[in-house]
Amino acid sequence: MAEATTELLTTADGRPLKAALAAAQARAKRRAFLLVLPLLLFVLFTFLIPIGYMLKRSFEHDGFASSAPALVAWFEANPDFDPANPPEEAYAALVQDLARMQTERTTGIAGTRINYSVPGSISLFKKGAREAANLTPPFKESLVALDADWARPALWRGMESASHVYTAEFYKVASDMKLTDSGWARGQDKERIYLYLFAKTFFVSALITVICLLLAFPVAHLLATLPMAKSSLLMILVLLPFWTSLLVRTTSWIALLQEQGVVNNLLVGLGLLSNDGRLTMMYNMTGTIVAMTHVLLPFMILPLYSVMRVIPPSYARAARSLGATSWTTFRRVYLPQTLPGIAAGSLLVFILAVGYYITPALVGGADGQLISNLIAFHMSKSNWSLAAAIAGMLLASILLLYWLYDRLIGIDRLKFG
Amino acid sequence: MALPVYASPLERAWHYIYLVICALVFLFLIAPILIVIPLSFNVEPYFTFTPKMLALDPEGYSLRWYDTLLTLGHPAPETPRDGTWWAAAWERATWVQAAKNSFWVGLWATILATVLGTVAALGLSRPEMPYRRLIMALLISPMIVPIIIIAVGMSFFFAKACVAPDSAMGAIFGLFLSEKGCLANSHLGVIVAHAVLGIPFVIITVTATLTGFDQSLIRAAQSLGANPRTTFFKVIMPLILPGVVSGALFAFVTSFDEVVAVLFIAGPDQQTIPRQMFNGIREAISPAILAVATILVVISVLLLTSVELLRRRSDRLRGVTGR
Repeated sequence: MAEATTELLTTADGRPLKAALAAAQARAKRRAFLLVLPLLLFVLFTFLIPIGYMLKRSFEHDGFASSAPALVAWFEANPDFDPANPPEEAYAALVQDLARMQTERTTGIAGTRINYSVPGSISLFKKGAREAANLTPPFKESLVALDADWARPALWRGMESASHVYTAEFYKVASDMKLTDSGWARGQDKERIYLYLFAKTFFVSALITVICLLLAFPVAHLLATLPMAKSSLLMILVLLPFWTSLLVRTTSWIALLQEQGVVNNLLVGLGLLSNDGRLTMMYNMTGTIVAMTHVLLPFMILPLYSVMRVIPPSYARAARSLGATSWTTFRRVYLPQTLPGIAAGSLLVFILAVGYYITPALVGGADGQLISNLIAFHMSKSNWSLAAAIAGMLLASILLLYWLYDRLIGIDRLKFG
Repeated sequence: MALPVYASPLERAWHYIYLVICALVFLFLIAPILIVIPLSFNVEPYFTFTPKMLALDPEGYSLRWYDTLLTLGHPAPETPRDGTWWAAAWERATWVQAAKNSFWVGLWATILATVLGTVAALGLSRPEMPYRRLIMALLISPMIVPIIIIAVGMSFFFAKACVAPDSAMGAIFGLFLSEKGCLANSHLGVIVAHAVLGIPFVIITVTATLTGFDQSLIRAAQSLGANPRTTFFKVIMPLILPGVVSGALFAFVTSFDEVVAVLFIAGPDQQTIPRQMFNGIREAISPAILAVATILVVISVLLLTSVELLRRRSDRLRGVTGR
C-alpha cells in the first residue's frame, strides 16, 4: 500500500489525476453556473439595479443644491458658520439665489426640499422670491423685516444640509426627526407619524399572523389526519382562494362587510341588529384585518399541513397509553413536533403582511392604512426621496426577517400545494 | 380522523367543537369567493342580495352587468348586434381591451419567466453549483420583497432606462418601448416586471420536481450516444415538464393578478384587468366588477384543476406514492 501512494496517479493521457479531477470539477461548476447566468443577469437589471437605484434616490435630492448656486458656494467656503447669526454675505447670497429662483421658476423645488426638514418653508421661499428683486442692502435687515423666520437657526441649518446633493436627511425625516434651532431632535409624540405607522404595521401584521395561526392550526390538523380522498377534496377549499385573484377576494369582502352588505343585511334580517345599528366593518382597520387574514390564511395552512402530515400518529397513542391526558399529549407531544411548520407559516405570513398594499388601499379607509400605503402616498405627491427612504427602511426590516427565515427554515423548503 | 373508542365525554364534545371550528374556517375561506357569483347576476346596481333574488324570482336576476363589460367604451352600444357591433366591441370596449392587454402581458411574462427560470433551476439543482444558497435566496426574493418597493424602484429606474429612438438599439427595441423610447409606460416594461415577479414560482416548482431527479439518467443517455440537446428534450424535459407547466401557470396567474407594478410603471395604453378593477373599486363601484370577478373565479378553478392534475401526474412519474 505504502508503495502505491508514493507513485503519482495519472489519467490515460498522462496528466496527474488530482489536477484532471480539479479541472473537471471546475468545468462542471462553470457549466452549472452558466445555466443560471442568464436569469441572474435578468434579475440584476430588472430587480437589483432598480432597487439599488431607489436606495440611491433615498440619499439624493438636488432641489436646493441646483437652484441656489451662490449660497451653495458660500456654504462650501464657510463650513463653520454660526447658524444662529449668519453674516451679511450669506444673506446677500441668499437674496441673489432667491431672485434667481424667481426668474428660473425653481422656488417650488427649492422650498420643497427645505420643507422636508423645516416645515413651513415653501410659503417662506415663495414670498421671499417674489420680493427678492426689490430688496436693498443690508440684506439681513431687509429679509428679516419681510419675515422674521429668515433668521431662524433651524432654517440656516436646513439650507446648509440641503446644499449637499447627497444626504441622510430623508432617513431622519422618515424616523420623525425634526430640525430645530439647535440641530436634529426627536419630534413631539404627536408628530411621530412615520414611526407610529411602522409600529402599527408591525402590530397589525403580528395580529394577523396570530389569527391566521389560530384558524389554520385545526384545519391543517384535520387535513393532515383525514384519509387521502377526503383531504384532497377539502384541500381544494384551501387552494381555490390561493388561486383566486386578490382583487376578486377584496371585492367580495366589500360586498360582504359594507354597511349595506350581505353580513349586515343578514344580521338585521335575523333581528340581531337594528337597522340603525349596522356594524361598520369596512373602510377601517377591521376591514383590513379581515380581508388580509383571508388572503394570507393559505400561506399558513400549507406549511403547517406539510409538517403535520409526516408526524406519526403512534407518538400520540404512545403518550396516551402511558397515561397522559389528551391535553398533555397535545401540549407535550404533538405541539412540539409542529413547531417547524408554525415557524415557517408565521414568518411567511408576517413578511407578506408587513409589505401589503392593495388590500389596505381598497378596504382600509382612513385608519386601516399601512406603511406601504404611505410610500404610495408620497410617490403620488412626488416626494420621491422621502418615499424611497421609507421604502429603504421597510426593505431593511424585510431583509432581516428573510434572513431569519432562511436561517431557521431554509429558502429551498418553500413550496406551494 | 376517527375518535378513539376510549374517548371520554369531554373529549367527544371537544372533538365535535373542533369539527365545527374547522367547518367555520372552511366557510370563511370559500364563502367570499362563492358569494360574488350570484351577486354578479343582480338586476339592481347593488352589492347585496335583493328580496327578489332571495325569493329566487327570475326577475331579480339578469345578465346586464356582463353586458356592461361589452358595452362600456363601445362607440355605438345601442345599435343592433351584428358583425360590426361585435367588431367594435372587440376593438374598443374598455374591459375587452383590458382583457387583451392582461392576456398578452401575462403570456410574454410567463414565457420569459419560464424559460429563464427552468434553465436556472437545472443549474441550481446540479450538486456542483457554487453559491447555491445565496443565488437561490436572491432569485426567490422578488416574492418576499414587498411589491411596493419593487414597483417604486422600477418606476424610478424604468423612467431612466431609455434608448434613443433613432439609434440601432432604438430600431430593434423601439417597437416595444414607449414613444420616448423608455421602459416606463411601455408594454415591455410591464412584461419584464411581471416576469421578475413570476420567476420565484418557476424556480420553486421546477427545483421541487428536480429533487430526487436521478442524475445518472443523464449519464446513461450520454453513454448511449445522445448529444446534450437530445438528452434535454428526450430525457430531462419529459420528467420535469409537470413542474415547468405548473410553474408557468403560477407565473401567469401572478402576472394576471398583478396591479401594483402596473399602477407605478404602466401608461394609459397598458390598462389591464386588475388595474381596471382597482380603479373601479376605488371610484364608482358597480356590480360589473362582480361580473369580472365571477369570470376570474371560473378561470382560477380551471387553473387549479390543471395544476392539481399535473402535480399528481408528476408524483406518479417520479414514483412518489401518496400525496
